[in-house]
Amino acid sequence: MRIKLSAFVLGVLVLVVLPFVLTDFRTVQLATVGAYFIAILGLDVLTGHSGQISLGHGAFMAVGAYTTAILMANHGVRDLWTIPIAAGVAGVIGLLAGVPALRLSGLYLALATFGIAVVLPTILKKFDHFTGGSTGITLFGKPAQTGHGVGVWGLTNNQWLYALTWTIGAVVFLIAWWLLDSRFGRSLRAIRDSDIAAVASGVNRAKYKVLAFGVSAAFAGVGGALFAINVAYVAPDTFPIQLSLYLLVGAVVGFFGSIWGAVLGALLIQFLPDVVGLIPHVDTKQAGPTTLFFGLVLVVLMLVLPIVLRAASRLANRSYFGAL
Amino acid sequence: MTNFIQQIVSGLASGGIYGLLALAIVLIHRSTGVINFAQGEMATLSTFVCWALMDHGWAFWPAFGATLLLSFAGGVTLQAVVIRPIQSGPLLGIVILTIGLLIAFNGLDTWIWGGAAKQFHGPFSTAPIRVGGVAFSKQDLGVIAVAFVAVALIGALFTRTRLGLGLRAAAVNPIEARLVGIRVAAMLALGWGLAAMLGAVAGVMAAPSLFLEPNMMQTVVLYAFAAAVLGGMDSPIGAVVGGLLLGVLLNLVGTYVHWIGGELRLATALAVILGVLLLRPSGLFGRAALRRA
Repeated sequence: MRIKLSAFVLGVLVLVVLPFVLTDFRTVQLATVGAYFIAILGLDVLTGHSGQISLGHGAFMAVGAYTTAILMANHGVRDLWTIPIAAGVAGVIGLLAGVPALRLSGLYLALATFGIAVVLPTILKKFDHFTGGSTGITLFGKPAQTGHGVGVWGLTNNQWLYALTWTIGAVVFLIAWWLLDSRFGRSLRAIRDSDIAAVASGVNRAKYKVLAFGVSAAFAGVGGALFAINVAYVAPDTFPIQLSLYLLVGAVVGFFGSIWGAVLGALLIQFLPDVVGLIPHVDTKQAGPTTLFFGLVLVVLMLVLPIVLRAASRLANRSYFGAL
Repeated sequence: MTNFIQQIVSGLASGGIYGLLALAIVLIHRSTGVINFAQGEMATLSTFVCWALMDHGWAFWPAFGATLLLSFAGGVTLQAVVIRPIQSGPLLGIVILTIGLLIAFNGLDTWIWGGAAKQFHGPFSTAPIRVGGVAFSKQDLGVIAVAFVAVALIGALFTRTRLGLGLRAAAVNPIEARLVGIRVAAMLALGWGLAAMLGAVAGVMAAPSLFLEPNMMQTVVLYAFAAAVLGGMDSPIGAVVGGLLLGVLLNLVGTYVHWIGGELRLATALAVILGVLLLRPSGLFGRAALRRA
């Protein structure tokens, strides 16, 4: 516990120092990383802890992003206040999605959530009087934008976005930590590992599984709201199926279910193109190579992770017996 | 009335493609219990291979034959190299791995062939034939015929041959199958090979009307999932019938329910998936799964 607390404090310190040593461009990239980080935390709660897979978490991000965009552009609500509303809207939709999800086994839940992510852009385009259709909604320069795109309190706009995103990121992280350490998290893991045993021990299976969906979606909604505020623009093609799949890659990279690993996953989504660009003779102006490597990372991890985990548990057992 | 028949005819034609890809999905699902999310992208890759061969001056039929063989070999290799090591692990691990394959193949196609749509000349003419005001092409008839031939061949393989018996035994009870001398690992790899081959057929049949580009099968695969779910997920004939039904249903709903139109075609397919899974998980032709508590 003390190690984790020091790690958290250290992480916060690094986050505070970074904008002073990085360029403005890297700073705003890291703000986007923060939005992914929050969404991946949501996926960690749902898939990592309650064992319900979601291949469509980008859809919950989209709900949050569009809530923020519509409130800012059409109703003049200041961007900061749209964030809790986005969390609420996405959370309620998550709870509603969680009820039918109870009836689906893992395989079919994967299929259904995959379908939702594929279909989402077409639905956003269809209801264009509400969502702005294919053109999307531009937020830049709207009166509801804090700092009006030029920055506040002596911060540049990008520094402000970074500070906002990561402050909320740290708060959401603490909430996730607390939730997963409490009765809620223990119940989720009990259901994940054996729902029959969990029910026999008095855990309300349906309640916790649906709640996990709600919490997870609310997190993704916050991530989406911050994404919209950072980019100052939303459109149906901002949330393609690839986004949902990359979030899954991010969650797997972060050792699935470990909220500490979520940072790694979020960094990967943002910076993998840069890393792939370092390989000689690879042109990352075209999307192909980056996409290929995203896929390969996931394939290799799924092959290697079981081996790593088995080795880790064997090591852990040995030291346990060593103590005897 | 003419329009009604027209919609049914063109619905059957697109349904044939959904059915073919659904057949590939069903084949892997019934042999290994996994949904292969990469099935669509595997089909696109195969189609690109066929296109590249034809681009190098091959005629259609030799190029198609070579593509089928390469796809079969590719499917077997894929199963042996990346699926087998985690075959005994949790199901969702394999599913997530197929998501990785989906992303990787899509990236590979884009990297090699670029994102621009290419024209693909199939074996059947796409020139319209008119019969009493209803237009269809040899391509449309060809797709439906190919779907039925494919399901007949698969059916014959499973029920009439020793190999098919082995495939089924390996799927139903791997441990006992091994005890009676069936090479289970080989059977599972074979299942992937056959599925990859069927996917290639689906891709090549779809390409003349959809244009070939890396995302060609991205929406088709959702229709194929809907077809497979509708047909009961484990039944080859169900997959093809489900595909044809879905094709017709989507066309009729798109034409006559104005609120849905063409824009919510994908959403309708999703509604079919969700509706069947929630109300009748065994679909039209599947057997209800029993779960021992």
